[in-house]
Amino acid sequence: MTDIKLGEVSKPARNAEPVVKLAPPRSQARDIWDQFKTHKGAMTGLVILCLIILAILIGPFVWQIDPAYVNPDAAKMILGRNKPPTWAHPMGTDQLARDLLARMLYGGRISLAVGAVAMLISVFIGTGIGVLAGYFKRLDGPLMRLTDLFLALPLLPLLLVLMMLFGDTVRKVVGPEAGTFLLIVFAIGVTSWMSSARIVRGQVLALKEREFVLAARSIGTPARRLIIRHILPNVISPVMVAATLGIAGAIITESVLSFLGLGFPPDFPTWGRLLYDGVDYMQLYPSRVILPGLAISLTVLSVNYIGDGLRDALDPRIRGR
Amino acid sequence: MKLKATLLGAAAILAMAGAAFAERGSDGHVNVLYWQAPSILNPYLSGGTKDLESSSLILEPLAGFDEKGALFPRLATEIPTVENGGLAKDLTSITWKLKPDLKWSDGTPVTSADVKFSYDYCKAPDGGCAQASKYEGIKSVETPDATTVVVTFDAPKPNPYLAFVGATSPIIQKAQFEKCLGAAAPTCTEANNGPIGTGPFKVVSFKTNDTVELEANPNYRDPAKPAFATMTLKGGGDAEAAARAVMETGEFDYAWNTQVNPELQTQMTAGGKGHFVNGFGTLVERIEMNLTDPSSDLPEGERSTVKHPHPILSDINVRKALSMAIDRQALVDVGYGTAGQPTCNLVPAPEAYASDNTGCLKQDMAGAKKLLDDAGWKPGADGIREKDGKKLHILFQTSVNPVRQDFQSLIKSWWTDLGVDVELKSVDASVFFGGDAGSPDTFQKFYADVEMYANNFDGTDPEAYLAGYKCDKIPSPATQWQGENINRFCNADYDKLAAEMSATADIAKRGELAKKMNDMLTKDSMTIVPLVDRGRLSATSNTLGGVVLNVWDSELWNAQDWTRTK
Amino acid sequence: MLTYALRRLLLAIPTLLLISLVIFLLVDLAPGSPMSEIPLTVPPEVRLKMIAAMGADQPVFVRYVLWLRQFFWVEPMHQVDLLFGSHIVEGQQRIISYQTRGPVFTVIGERIPQTLTVIGTAYLVGVLIAVPIGIYSAYRQYSWFDQLGTFIAMLGYSVPTFFTGVLMIVIFAIKLHWFPSIYNTSLKVTDWASLLAQIRQMALPVLVLSLFNAAEISRYTRSSMLENLGQDYVRTARAKGMGEGTVVLKHVLRNSLIPVVTVIALGIPGIFGGAIITENVFKVNGIGAALIGAIHANDLPMVQTLTFIFAVLIVVFNLIADILYGVLDPRIRYD
Repeated sequence: MTDIKLGEVSKPARNAEPVVKLAPPRSQARDIWDQFKTHKGAMTGLVILCLIILAILIGPFVWQIDPAYVNPDAAKMILGRNKPPTWAHPMGTDQLARDLLARMLYGGRISLAVGAVAMLISVFIGTGIGVLAGYFKRLDGPLMRLTDLFLALPLLPLLLVLMMLFGDTVRKVVGPEAGTFLLIVFAIGVTSWMSSARIVRGQVLALKEREFVLAARSIGTPARRLIIRHILPNVISPVMVAATLGIAGAIITESVLSFLGLGFPPDFPTWGRLLYDGVDYMQLYPSRVILPGLAISLTVLSVNYIGDGLRDALDPRIRGR
Repeated sequence: MKLKATLLGAAAILAMAGAAFAERGSDGHVNVLYWQAPSILNPYLSGGTKDLESSSLILEPLAGFDEKGALFPRLATEIPTVENGGLAKDLTSITWKLKPDLKWSDGTPVTSADVKFSYDYCKAPDGGCAQASKYEGIKSVETPDATTVVVTFDAPKPNPYLAFVGATSPIIQKAQFEKCLGAAAPTCTEANNGPIGTGPFKVVSFKTNDTVELEANPNYRDPAKPAFATMTLKGGGDAEAAARAVMETGEFDYAWNTQVNPELQTQMTAGGKGHFVNGFGTLVERIEMNLTDPSSDLPEGERSTVKHPHPILSDINVRKALSMAIDRQALVDVGYGTAGQPTCNLVPAPEAYASDNTGCLKQDMAGAKKLLDDAGWKPGADGIREKDGKKLHILFQTSVNPVRQDFQSLIKSWWTDLGVDVELKSVDASVFFGGDAGSPDTFQKFYADVEMYANNFDGTDPEAYLAGYKCDKIPSPATQWQGENINRFCNADYDKLAAEMSATADIAKRGELAKKMNDMLTKDSMTIVPLVDRGRLSATSNTLGGVVLNVWDSELWNAQDWTRTK
Repeated sequence: MLTYALRRLLLAIPTLLLISLVIFLLVDLAPGSPMSEIPLTVPPEVRLKMIAAMGADQPVFVRYVLWLRQFFWVEPMHQVDLLFGSHIVEGQQRIISYQTRGPVFTVIGERIPQTLTVIGTAYLVGVLIAVPIGIYSAYRQYSWFDQLGTFIAMLGYSVPTFFTGVLMIVIFAIKLHWFPSIYNTSLKVTDWASLLAQIRQMALPVLVLSLFNAAEISRYTRSSMLENLGQDYVRTARAKGMGEGTVVLKHVLRNSLIPVVTVIALGIPGIFGGAIITENVFKVNGIGAALIGAIHANDLPMVQTLTFIFAVLIVVFNLIADILYGVLDPRIRYD
């Protein structure tokens, strides 16, 4: 019995990879995917995002130039600086004659990973605290005061302190690169959950008094099930917005962090950093800002459209219309 | 005919007067941009360059440095020397004479009491005077009459031109600051933000870290100056935006410290609205080698202390090879353009003190590799050189700054080519230079193998600067990590030379000693690897006349001579 | 509701005290020292003396208690003294900044006008644009207007202000010469010409910031409206024959405002906090620039005071948001 069930579940799951995690029951998953497919924007977004992910995953294997490579022959390096796109360098070179395509591909890996993981952390904490505070009156006070505290903390000293206290320890335990990554996503995640917590809490406060919640409670549904089955699906749309905005926010925050010397080592490219460095050269070499800017915007836009499509697909009232 | 000639003559004289003796305030308004805005206009309470330079428009010392680094009298009648009798033969006292009929901007006379008061103000306990080192070694300041000041030193002073010289130790008005001595200093906000001075301008309004509005000082000693009636000194933004405001939008007439990359310099100059002015002082961008072991395996309190010599950088051949692998001209071309020149000296100027050391200017990669080969550092399987199981791995740190990050990448490429594994690190400037004993990332703690930053010395005399590399100036946990000897360099011969210099008055002999000390630190031991002599680069509008960039004193040292050219 | 508000206000006092302590410890713990912007030419001994003169070498709790006393007693009483000419705290030290060696509140006073005019206007413009766009985008979901709105909003949010700000300067100040690139804080509006100058110098920062603010608010408005437009009560209202205007603007909008109110209330304290990057790009030199400057210079009294005022505003506006929830949706009760 169980074997068959598992097989049946995993079949549509393969078709609908990005969706299935959110909607385990089998028939619903297919419904959602069908609905999702009809959303043109969402499909375009999905395709573009997949292309970007593919490019940054496979790209560095195809385009094997080291993004941090500077020609030690100074004369060659000087000649190769700030070049427009050519076949050898399809996106041109930067002020140290480093290949911009390699930097964009490599930078995308870090930026996307930071953006996605930091967003997940922030949305997870935010939604959790928001739901708990909104649903349980006793937790509301303490949790919201905690939110106020975090909102009031000045970000920069907080990050400096975080890096100073935990930087060396974490780097030693999991290695310098993984350590820096962990610290950065943690730092961004912990300092950006507050607005989603407040928004979710506001929604939950209103939802809690709705008839369907009252009905569920009157038949003795335990709090945990009530939250998961009735409350969470109804706060999905602000959470989606928070998640899309969160990715953009995290990518930008990372660039500011590395600019402050708190992020990755200085020769590590990320999209945000490429954009930041490019601003100085904006008038002379516009492509220096256009490329990373475009990459960030495209990613954010496609995530946003996927979010739109997902929300529509997840809403039973819209689905099937 | 006679009449006509007279008339013509008179007309010619009038025309000449118009050109040579412009009237005070006839040129209207001038806009100056300091992207780091002044926080306070009392230089004794802040050592910040932005504060010193802004206040130099208002406050003046007895003597200043001109653009060549030579002393010239400001409030004094002349520079006291042994020849003119102003300086005692045994160098234990100096006598300054004030110009006659000097007036503060409020119309009251300037007397020797004000000069003595300036000394008392800085010496007052609990005042936290930022310029205290200028007044060190002074036994007393006497005022025999209203225009004479006699400064007596504890011991013969080879360089007596520290107190009351340069924008760092100006004369403040006794009447205004009398109640602000010592701990009371911060209560005098009005005086600190609007000092009464003798300079060409006086403060109209002051907004902290934002804008200073100034107007011509009605009692300035030259009745024809300044040519500008009013001045706005605005702050905010960054160097690039400041350069743009002068060179591209033309909103401002002068912008301070507009260090932008060479391409932008060329592009902005092409705009035709303004031009860059530059001058070279003593600011040297350098790599400092850590002679002690910064390894994080050592217990806290022993890292980067003289207890543990550095495992690889203690080998002079490694230090020499690292320096030889660097192409300093390429660094200048990428980072500074006209605002930098390659150097091998820690003391690149003034001429009397600068060594003729130029051996490092040409990159010698082959020589560097050979040197390491000969010293037994052979490339391992991964291309990284090693010797006795020790790998050439270097952690290279610096402060966050776009040019420094480019330099890091370039130097990494050369060192990698040499067979050295380089790890880069950048630290926020406020942490790096902050000197907080609790932070692991300060440049004094030096928890890295090499680090890069720039430093210079005040005025024209390198004595104190070079004395910073004596053994007893090594930062350590015992000194709360304070001390100028960042490299932990310790050499008894060097200490002897430093002691000798502090007791030598003869300029030629001092120069010789300074050069010797400079060479010991640089070419002989490569403890310090000088890279670039960094000039000051400021932007000035093509309609602003009289700007002479001075690297030895405040940049605004001759604002009284600025004019509007049409 | 009134008792709830009063109870929350009372509870806010210990919360704020705790917040102030946490901020103080945090800023104190942060690496860096008040000497970080003093040139290296100033020798170490002199630096130590300067730190001592600032009082920055005292133990952290001594400084904290001193700050509490100065903030809650000396500063308010100083205002009283100024107003009534009394001498209650005469001669007592006010909160003194390490950077300027002058009272922190003088700096705040100098900074408030440009922060409120520029950042406040930008926020107001942002809200006024965002809410209607959000409503209409949801009402006509997937129309060209919605698509365009979504595109601009996401672009506005994903492109950082350090880029858009400089871009605006390059286009409008350098190429076209329409607007100045530097904000003049000394400009006083006295006549039409100076009013025009003020509008011109505000135009670029307001444009950049309002785009950024509008992006976020319009997204939340749109999504919340969408959520509600599909509800049964909308169908009922329409079935009863109500006009579309009434249905959308009265019923749906009111029910959709909860997340919008939250976001707006979260943003208002930010007006006081200033917009660090935009202020820097346009040299507005408001509170945001003061805060970041103080953080870089490790000016603890300044950072502490600014952040604490910021915290008070956050607590107050979150309380206002909570009260508005009850007004918007009477089913929400806190008692």
